Amino acid sequence: MSDAIIGGKDRIEKRFAKLKEEGRAGLVTFITAGDPDPEASFEILKALPEAGADIIELGMPFTDPMADGPAIQEASNRALAAGMHMRKTLSLVRGFRDQDHETPIILMGYYNPIYIYGVAEFLEDARNAGVDGLIVVDLPPEEDEELCVPTVEKGLSFIRLTTPTSDDKRLPKLVQNTSGFVYYVSVAGVTGAGSASNEQIIEAMERLRRHTKLPIAVGFGIKTAAQAAEVARQADAAVVGSAIVSKIAESLDENGKATDKTASMVTGLVRELANGVRDARK
Amino acid sequence: MTSSSPKPNSYRTLPDTDGHFGNYGGRFVAETLMPLILELEQAYKDAKNDPEFQKELDYYLKYYVGRPSPLYFAERMTAELGGAKVYFKRDELNHTGAHKINNCIGQILLAMRMGKTRIIAETGAGQHGVATATVCARFGLPCTVYMGAKDIERQSPNVFRMKLLGAEVKPVESGSRSLKDAMNEALRDWVTNVEDTFYIIGTAAGPHPYPELVRDFQCVIGNEAKEQIMEAEGRLPDLLVAAIGGGSNAIGLFHPFLDDKDVEITGVEAAGHGVHTGKHAASLTAGAPGVLHGNRTYLLMDDDGQITEADSISAGLDYPGIGPEHSWLKDIGRVNYVAITDKEALAAFKLCSECEGIIPALEPSHALAHVIKIAPTMSKDKIIIVNLCGRGDKDIFTVAEALGVKL
Ligand SMILES: Cc1ncc(COP(=O)(O)O)c(C=O)c1O
Repeated sequence: MSDAIIGGKDRIEKRFAKLKEEGRAGLVTFITAGDPDPEASFEILKALPEAGADIIELGMPFTDPMADGPAIQEASNRALAAGMHMRKTLSLVRGFRDQDHETPIILMGYYNPIYIYGVAEFLEDARNAGVDGLIVVDLPPEEDEELCVPTVEKGLSFIRLTTPTSDDKRLPKLVQNTSGFVYYVSVAGVTGAGSASNEQIIEAMERLRRHTKLPIAVGFGIKTAAQAAEVARQADAAVVGSAIVSKIAESLDENGKATDKTASMVTGLVRELANGVRDARK
Repeated sequence: MTSSSPKPNSYRTLPDTDGHFGNYGGRFVAETLMPLILELEQAYKDAKNDPEFQKELDYYLKYYVGRPSPLYFAERMTAELGGAKVYFKRDELNHTGAHKINNCIGQILLAMRMGKTRIIAETGAGQHGVATATVCARFGLPCTVYMGAKDIERQSPNVFRMKLLGAEVKPVESGSRSLKDAMNEALRDWVTNVEDTFYIIGTAAGPHPYPELVRDFQCVIGNEAKEQIMEAEGRLPDLLVAAIGGGSNAIGLFHPFLDDKDVEITGVEAAGHGVHTGKHAASLTAGAPGVLHGNRTYLLMDDDGQITEADSISAGLDYPGIGPEHSWLKDIGRVNYVAITDKEALAAFKLCSECEGIIPALEPSHALAHVIKIAPTMSKDKIIIVNLCGRGDKDIFTVAEALGVKL
């Protein structure tokens, strides 16, 4: 296994160092692995860095995504219906990593599919496939022994979600055992719901920066280049998920199958978002 | 709540401070909800130690719910089966017709103590939805109930009852369109409305402290039964039997008896079309440990960890999980778990109606079906208590259809 391929928190750190050098915020894009089918999903994944994604979050499909709104629920359903499962998700990453040694990939999802895979085996396979970090929605710090601690020991990042309910009392617990960056979920709600105001984001950034020196990525409800730019003026990265996944849905034919427009519609949107993020601080 | 205090080597001391029952339970929720769950845990601790809270709870259980529910000797059924004496713990006589209201009264009093002004709930059979809508009407709080679209079709009387009580019933079209999806949707509502909303979970499952507090509120069943059987028979029963959906009526009956080692205990899951067909809801019998809805517990799932659909004629048992305390009780062997098919439950439904004049809900019909199997194998001096946790009015359309009768 060449070092250029295996995953680790270094890749995330290097990416944020580079963004800092360029004096700009990053764009984090979310798609669900296997949406709308494994082949089309691979095409989309490969095209993301070129379109301007600085970091990729790859959703691990799950039948019961309790913290997701309709857009990402449907993406998960499409992927599962197309036969996606964890081993295929990891080989998708491996295929990507063979060609791209620099763009960090973070797997995002729920604990049960990892638990059933087996934590030790999963971490080994994920690292070898080139996964750099994990975001697992239903593992708060109270359950760190389950996966967070073993992930950190393996050299991968365990990225924590912080939220509007994370007050000064709660935050020290949240920034423990974490690395890479801190994700700020800017509204209390499911993915794809409303967005936070600029003032709310500024206030939250101040609160978070009192507790961590890690870069902060802000997500939830960002749909347009203008919104992405606004976030990019405050945060170290802007995360876009539901809007991209909805674009995939929009590109499908009447049978829900990928079309020759699917990848290009996604990269078109990502390009716009990337321009917004890149121009934000000019 | 639990009356007698637990003994050393007790089965009644869990969960631990992190909400674990052995390997099960825990707090597997989105970070947004963590501060709310911690706040609830603290509020519940305070309430438990507040005699005023106890007094209020007892008052409503007596005058509003109609407790204590009788422990009734089912004489004709006993004669029919020709073995052990069968007693019914008649929680179907409670206001709203099931055990669910014991828990709802407790949780809404807690919600008001915490200053919450809006209530949400999930429901399967609609009994928990009705009980929640009822207490919300009684205490004047707005109520939203999530219910799978499939369950709305098969439990229409309860949907109408909830609406009469002023609740908003939101159909859930995602996933398998039944109880687990209703729970997902309720959790989505809760993460969106963190300031004012209290989530009244209807069974002894979910993230800590729900399995504990729901159990405690349902323990009134077992505590009463213990006193009543001492009065009627001068001794403890030989066997307890209860149906298991998420496990709240069962743990409510079982828990006060867990340390009485001569009392055998059996929980009855729904075998649907038969456990071998794959179309069932028997997570303890045929599932494996996994993580869903805030806790680690036995689940029905595939080898990728994707949750599979449960299947049962009884909407209240149609759930691919189970409360974490039952998972622990199974592993340590204190409680024995069996599964009963739709067909067996229907036969028990008919027998109970015809020989006792009590139309049971389809959920406790599963428990009765097990009693029908086991009582004849026991001698006549043995005693069984079965939890008759709900009445069957809500099920008459489902049963008519299953029996091929057009209403
Ligand atoms: C009458 C009745 N019994 C049992 C159940 C199953 O729930 P639990 O296992 O929590 O008692 C329900 C659920 O709706 C019910 O309505």
